[in-house]
Amino acid sequence: MSEPSPPAAVVDAAWREGRLPYQRTEDGAAVWPPRVAAPGDGRPLSWHDSAGVGCVYATTALHARGAEPRNIALIDLDEGFRIMSRVDGLPAEAVKIGLRVGVRFTEADAETGARIPVFVPLEEQA
Amino acid sequence: MSAALRASTAITGAAEWGLGAAPDGTRPIDLMAQASLRALADAGLTPADVDGIFAATTQLPMAPLNLALELGIDARCSDATNVGGSSFMFHVDHARAAIAAGLCDVALIAYGSTQRLVGRSSASVQELDPWEAPFRPALPVTAYALAASRHMHEFGTTREQLASVAVAARAWAQLNPGAWSRDPLSVDDVLASRMVADPLTLRDCCLVTDGGAAIVLTSAERAATLPRPPVLVLGAGQAHSHRHVTGMPSLTHTAAAQSGATAFAQAGVTPGEVDVAQLYDAFTITPILFLEDLGFCAKGDGGPFAASGAIGRGGRLPLNTNGGGLSYTHPGMYGLHAIVEAVRQLRGECGERQVPGCEIAVAHGNGGVLSSQATLVLGSAATA
Repeated sequence: MSEPSPPAAVVDAAWREGRLPYQRTEDGAAVWPPRVAAPGDGRPLSWHDSAGVGCVYATTALHARGAEPRNIALIDLDEGFRIMSRVDGLPAEAVKIGLRVGVRFTEADAETGARIPVFVPLEEQA
Repeated sequence: MSAALRASTAITGAAEWGLGAAPDGTRPIDLMAQASLRALADAGLTPADVDGIFAATTQLPMAPLNLALELGIDARCSDATNVGGSSFMFHVDHARAAIAAGLCDVALIAYGSTQRLVGRSSASVQELDPWEAPFRPALPVTAYALAASRHMHEFGTTREQLASVAVAARAWAQLNPGAWSRDPLSVDDVLASRMVADPLTLRDCCLVTDGGAAIVLTSAERAATLPRPPVLVLGAGQAHSHRHVTGMPSLTHTAAAQSGATAFAQAGVTPGEVDVAQLYDAFTITPILFLEDLGFCAKGDGGPFAASGAIGRGGRLPLNTNGGGLSYTHPGMYGLHAIVEAVRQLRGECGERQVPGCEIAVAHGNGGVLSSQATLVLGSAATA
């Protein structure tokens, strides 16, 4: 049996393909952040792709000197896991808890090719 | 429940050193060692009496080794537990168990930081979660702002109520000649200061200072032979719920509920019997969460409780009587300073800010991003 890929490698590869992966326990509970085994009982976890739809659980606008405020949010995905991301498409302070959002992936980074999942309000999603 | 540990140990010496801005060239171990020497002198002891070292600072990952060399201590028990600002409450819990088990007799618990002198980013390198890092959260403030946003959403907590925590801390600091920030501060001042991470402004955030602190812990029997009034460790509890904020199960419920329940049960004390509380105030949202999770008020009522005047002088629960991390001092990991203030209140040496008839104090530490929580219930000799 081959060694399983490290969680960070699985996630990075999926994000580059525009997929939003998460893990599930054998009982079907969603798990994030990714880890090597199910919390509590140590049983294997399986990888699945999220539909990328959820709502804002918590939000803040970071105000760095000399820059426009930028959003950081925790998003509760409908499959039952929570990730950190940001909400684009409206001013950072206008992001409200409970807002329904859908995932969009950024363009590939010019140097690394990496992409990251950000979210937009569902109504504005094409 | 380790009931046998109740009141088995006592804090017999306490000191701080170098609070504020350290002179160029200062090393973190300078501040840790200076505070340690003063805490030992306070206890009527010298470094030669110490056989257990419990120390942590982000700048010295093997801090007990540095402190042993600096003071010439021959330690037979050492602990460098670092779980953030609550580490020193963890140290007290570990040290009392070590004393009970015969691993050491005199435990020195110490901290020192030059984060203001060298810059916070180099003093405290953040370990980033690989799935948070791409979004560039400014840490730790982003995590606390997220928690505050959630508390406001669930319970209707207001920015004014958050600000009232900073205002109360400043009012206490104005009674403390050693406090870093003593200018008058109003709710409007807090709201009007520079926004850092919505809803937290600069005045919702703790200070950035240098400083060191130390306490000496011995068996209650030995403490009775030493010069200072013993401060008994009636109960201690520790818990943690996550490392990075994405893993926090609920942003409005902290593991202080577990650490507090353990400490209170062991002490045989209820929150209503506490005379003074030192609850780690890294940001204005943190004491609000801990007031609730430790049982000083109902879940969700922390904001109104703080704004009611209950946490000020003459209030139901005098809180952070030195001025706290918001106005007194905050050298990066504040927990030991909260313990020192609890000791001073129980000894009755706080001058203008002294809480009358102080017999039972709580010192509660927070580490990481609401991640690690530890609670001490401390008492005067009368509570044994």
